[in-house]
Amino acid sequence: MIILTFLGYVLIIMGSIFLLLGSLGIVRMPDLYNRIQAGTKATTLGALSAIIGVGLVEPTWFFKTLIIAVFIVLTNPIGSHSIARSSYKSGLKPVVSSKIDEYKEENLTDERSDSA
Amino acid sequence: MFDLVFILIFIALLLGAYRFIKGPSSSDRVVALDTLTTIVSVALVVGSLFFENYILLDISFVFAALSFTSVIVISRYLEGGRS
Repeated sequence: MIILTFLGYVLIIMGSIFLLLGSLGIVRMPDLYNRIQAGTKATTLGALSAIIGVGLVEPTWFFKTLIIAVFIVLTNPIGSHSIARSSYKSGLKPVVSSKIDEYKEENLTDERSDSA
Repeated sequence: MFDLVFILIFIALLLGAYRFIKGPSSSDRVVALDTLTTIVSVALVVGSLFFENYILLDISFVFAALSFTSVIVISRYLEGGRS
């Protein structure tokens, strides 16, 4: 039981460090799409490990913390995908140094196949 | 131990609020909103361990659900156009 408590506290500290790194990435990244990467992936990992750590410290709460963690892991990528799709469709361009734009190429081929 | 965790979460909230205020476009603000709500729900879960209070877990779950809904609604609104 001591081992579980120690592991839970280590997971909570690690999760808060990942949350701090995610926010730092939001401030430091040069572009909207890079900010989505930093602000969603690191935050998802930090939230998962911190909430599971709370569940390990208090074992009677483990089921409810597991529900919250699964909910955050399921819904955070959907939100980031929706933000990226809406900002691309509203005309925000990536920075110049990113060269590959597969979404544009796929849309061009779709338009050709529709017109043909 | 809790001092360290709450200081880290507070610095993360300050950095996210900086991007939320300064962000050049609206989508930057939505990304900052998504990150801030996730951090606040984690802070509620850690606070339920700190205050030994069971009800904060339910508050955190409802907060996560409402923040997900708000992010989806705002990004669908920013998309505009037909669809």
